[in-house]
Amino acid sequence: MKYMLIMRANEQGIEAYQEMDLNEVIAAMGRYNESLIKAGVLLAGEGLADATEGFVVDFDSTPPVVTDGPYAEAKELFNGFWIIQVSSKEEAAEWAKRCPLGPGARLEVRRVTELEDFPQDNEWIRKEAEWRDEAEAGRLARPAE
Amino acid sequence: MRADASGSVESASDADADQARRALAAVWRIESARIVATLTRFTDDVGQAEDLAQEAMLEALRQWTEEGVPNNAGAWLTTVAKRRAIDGWRRRERLDERYAAMARDLEQQGGEASRDFFDPDTIDDDVLRLVFVACHPVLSREAQIALTLRIVGGLSSEEIARAFLVPVATVQQRIVRAKKTLAAANVPFAVPEPQDYAERLGSVLSVLYLIFNEGYLPASGEEWVRPDVSAEALRLARMVANLMPREPEAWSLVALMEFHASRFAARVARDGTPIPLDEQDRSCWDRAQIERGRIALARADRIGRGRASYGLQAAIAECHAVAPTAADTDWGRIVVLYEALGRVAPSPVVELNRAVAVAMATGPASALRLVDELERSGRLAGYPGLRAVRGELLARLGRTQEARGELETAARLTGNTRERAALLAKAAALRPTAG
Repeated sequence: MKYMLIMRANEQGIEAYQEMDLNEVIAAMGRYNESLIKAGVLLAGEGLADATEGFVVDFDSTPPVVTDGPYAEAKELFNGFWIIQVSSKEEAAEWAKRCPLGPGARLEVRRVTELEDFPQDNEWIRKEAEWRDEAEAGRLARPAE
Repeated sequence: MRADASGSVESASDADADQARRALAAVWRIESARIVATLTRFTDDVGQAEDLAQEAMLEALRQWTEEGVPNNAGAWLTTVAKRRAIDGWRRRERLDERYAAMARDLEQQGGEASRDFFDPDTIDDDVLRLVFVACHPVLSREAQIALTLRIVGGLSSEEIARAFLVPVATVQQRIVRAKKTLAAANVPFAVPEPQDYAERLGSVLSVLYLIFNEGYLPASGEEWVRPDVSAEALRLARMVANLMPREPEAWSLVALMEFHASRFAARVARDGTPIPLDEQDRSCWDRAQIERGRIALARADRIGRGRASYGLQAAIAECHAVAPTAADTDWGRIVVLYEALGRVAPSPVVELNRAVAVAMATGPASALRLVDELERSGRLAGYPGLRAVRGELLARLGRTQEARGELETAARLTGNTRERAALLAKAAALRPTAG
């Protein structure tokens, strides 16, 4: 199963981060990432640039409204993520706990959905099953894998 | 590690124990290789190291249930295991200067496990030694698989038993016997000598690939795929590739597994029928996983030592992975790759696969010549795949009568009911040609 570790920080966390030695922060994160890679569990991960460089697209109205900068109502900023593949929720928790973060920071850990999570009576899922049935009634040629 | 069925009502302490058990299983997954590797360096005996680790796990279960999981759980387990080793030696009055030194080391560490508990300069080398020992040729394939999953992968006997659909006692027996065999053969805790390296590496990679295939092409059981087993093999392959970053075949194996695993969601119909590659819904293939496979294969290629067996198989899998449809596949390139694979790792099944690729690239007539040659060699006698491919080629050439005969023969030879039905349906659907 796959889990996404979503990194968030509140004002306190962001202030603390700004006071930290950037080289140390990079080194600590580097060691953490390396441990994930060496264990063979890291599938993806990215850090995000400052939220002031970003913008928000709001779908409350049509067409959607685009606003510069961070989402005004957010108390915590989303600033990076990892996707890991593990065997249990507890294993995801164990990896999350090892992340080198401090006060004001938190990781939200969410399971990534798989195909089986989707309703099997959905129109597109049904269509897919039909295509498969048709395909099975068709040719025999089995290209080697 | 599973909860005992102790009663219908779970008390608070049962819940604590269960939580401790789950936490311990998670820590063991992450840390077992480093723990057992460190203990093996300490004791010079992988069997004893594993026993000590197991004892430490029991101790952890007792303490963690009451006190919660410690901060650096891997180090905690290693420290407890080392203490037990020393206690054992003391009891046997074997405390000489070497053991005294170890005991002093341990006291200095004071059980206050730091983040760098595992010596960063040696731990990777120790884990690599452990991988080679677990896949040592004195062990049977079953023993190599069980030991690798247990000490490198950190699976419990129950989990290994579930993965291979064998009784738990069988797994336990395999591990006990494996440890005895390693001790009896005095297998050193070391990476192989240069003259043995290629062969020993081959053994490690094939153990991992066998584990992967147990999930991808289960030899037995009801399910056609067991993705969890393959996911574990893929994790171990990534781990091993990172331990030997200059080995192209290790990265190639990662690539091959990523490409195969990217198709899991498309390989089985809802009723459990396996779906052949050319009929799969490619929109269900995991694109991110394919991309990871391509990165791993590119990494293997960058090492610049050419492609061997896994490299060529991964390259073939990549051709399929990037093709929008079966018809739009670069079959010419696949033919060339199969020719190369046939030279590196000759096998009649590779020849047959090459013939299928030739049929797609240049038509059924030239492919039939290859299949006929293969048939005359007698190397695939009794193999339903040969008959099925030959039948398909004959049908495409309009030789309906012969085609039907071959398909019916294939149906008689296959052990798989679903495949038999499909072959017979195909034979019946062939229209008789006039005259």
